[in-house]
Amino acid sequence: MKFRSKIIDIGCLNNFTRVVTTISKLTKTCVLRLTPDNLYFVLSGKVANGGVGMWCELSQAKFFDEFQLEGVSAEANEICLELAPDNLSRALKTAQNAKTVKIKLTKKHCPCLTIAAELPTMSSASRVVTHDIPVDVIPKRLWNDFKEPSMPDFDVSIYMPPLKIMKNVVDRMKNLSNFLVIEANMNGEMNLKIETDLVSVATHFRDLGNPPWAGGDGSQAGANSQRDPEAMVQARVDVRKLQQFLMGQQFNPSKAMCNIVQNTIIHLILLYEDVSLQYFIPAVA
Amino acid sequence: MDCVVTGGNVKVLAKAIHSLSRIGDELYLEPQEDGLTLRTVNSSRSAYACFLFAPLFFSRYVNPEGHGFRCKMAIKSVQAVFRSLATLEKTVEKCHIELDADRNRLTFTLHCKHGLLKTHNLSFQDSESLQAVFDKDRSTNVLKAQPRVLTDTVLNFPPSLDEVTVTVSDERVWFRNHVDQEAEPSKAMLTELCLSSDEFDHFEVRARSSVTFCLKELRGLLVFAESTGLPVSMYFDKPGSPVVLSVTDSVLDGNFVLATLSDESGVQTSDRAGTPAPPADDFMNDELESYLIAMDTSMAAGPSVPAPLTPPAPLAPGRVVSPTATPDPWSPAHSEPGEDLTEEEEEPGRPPNKKFRSLFFGSVYPPGSPLGGHTPSSQKVLASDSEDDG
Repeated sequence: MKFRSKIIDIGCLNNFTRVVTTISKLTKTCVLRLTPDNLYFVLSGKVANGGVGMWCELSQAKFFDEFQLEGVSAEANEICLELAPDNLSRALKTAQNAKTVKIKLTKKHCPCLTIAAELPTMSSASRVVTHDIPVDVIPKRLWNDFKEPSMPDFDVSIYMPPLKIMKNVVDRMKNLSNFLVIEANMNGEMNLKIETDLVSVATHFRDLGNPPWAGGDGSQAGANSQRDPEAMVQARVDVRKLQQFLMGQQFNPSKAMCNIVQNTIIHLILLYEDVSLQYFIPAVA
Repeated sequence: MDCVVTGGNVKVLAKAIHSLSRIGDELYLEPQEDGLTLRTVNSSRSAYACFLFAPLFFSRYVNPEGHGFRCKMAIKSVQAVFRSLATLEKTVEKCHIELDADRNRLTFTLHCKHGLLKTHNLSFQDSESLQAVFDKDRSTNVLKAQPRVLTDTVLNFPPSLDEVTVTVSDERVWFRNHVDQEAEPSKAMLTELCLSSDEFDHFEVRARSSVTFCLKELRGLLVFAESTGLPVSMYFDKPGSPVVLSVTDSVLDGNFVLATLSDESGVQTSDRAGTPAPPADDFMNDELESYLIAMDTSMAAGPSVPAPLTPPAPLAPGRVVSPTATPDPWSPAHSEPGEDLTEEEEEPGRPPNKKFRSLFFGSVYPPGSPLGGHTPSSQKVLASDSEDDG
């Protein structure tokens, strides 16, 4: 197992740091899957995580100038590591104006992801800062837990309102109740509602638009077209989980979508230039 | 005592007080012929700081009481006088510090623009002199750098980091975060920064060495140094001996003396300091493959743990010493140097900072004084009197 990579471009480094920082705000530990073409940050939707799942995919070529990977075996040419993204985020932040940053899998006192950055200085020699982040190597037999989640058979798919506005609304609502209902329809309307003994609050968004999912799965398209576009589909979620997702966003996505499966799960998809992030929040009764 | 600070020096004085406040809770003030000394020490006696302001720093410096006057007061009260640095700079023209005639208050008067006078009357307690025993000039290693270099270095470490290890060789300096061996060694992130001797104004290393001290206390000095633009000098020897950081110019002299971890594996680390090549491009030596093979068949070899801390080394002979084995020298039952570490840990009333088992303090009393050496009555010196002035 071998992994060596290098980032030279400052813009790429900044973007990569922002992605990692976003991930670090969503979860304390996650799995990093390295393949020859992509990097994935994965959180499997287990009960231990409160049922929340995350899948973030980056194309390595868009960030790294050098990327060499030798996986566990020839057929399984990938590496799976468990780490704390916060460590990675802090390490990258110290290297923001570095000339080069190398990220490598090493063995120190335990398996580590080593970040080595060459920092510019006024004198001729450069300064090298090295961070060793301890990681756990995940054996192949457990890789099934970290596969790409399949798109749920959603009832409604809708573009989200500007995340900043949504975050402000959810922040206020969090003070009033622990649970929030998200509902939307195929007519570009979304409502966020909370209801307690004393008060109900609802925020209505209009003209959001619905993504045109090509009917790759004919039955899905069929089911949707039979649905009344005005009919609201809803799911009730823990407001803190939604807030955590919204708070962590470090930059604006080019597209943000929300799929809802009635009373089951909400599936949030954010697309950036070179990164895609999916987040699953299970519904509660 | 009667002195006046004018213009930009008011801000310098304020910054000095703020940086002292990051070390201890009480400010010891002592006007002498060679200037005004402000000192403080932390509760576990592992950090001491002292600023000496020469008479030239002041526009007036008069000391009618002579050597007699020494006092201490809560540092927070003094900080309150100099609270907002930005306003100080803009509005305060001079600061007058004088001892009240009936000797129970120290009056700080800020003369501000537009004729505004802000007067603070601070009460104080008489105190004995606080003096740490250290000798910079006998240090083995001396480094001097512009404050920017050190501030940038410190930025690479998380703000919550307690201790940093500095290792020197002939041409390089390594700053590493120190991981407490009580914490799980395999879970901590390790950060290391390597600087070459070029970056220093003065780089004199007579013996390779590696010292570990508290980063938090250093940050206080760095803030002061950066704002005044003064280079910072670092004097140190071997683990266990204190590290002295100082800033100097013609009218002021600031010294921060920090205890270092007394560590048997110091020998080990200074060897390692010799071996690392200039920052290796090529991590060939630490590939994962061999580790995985080991993992499949058996438990992997445990992480290399530095040797457990030994009881602290006694201070160099010739200095008046208080027994240094306990972090709290003022407890009645003094443990002898060489006592088992585990016994120490069960001692009640330990100050919360367990990490620094090495002390450098000489007796609080100057050598030769009748109360020199360690007697139970010396405890009273550091416990503040319960009677307080109004």
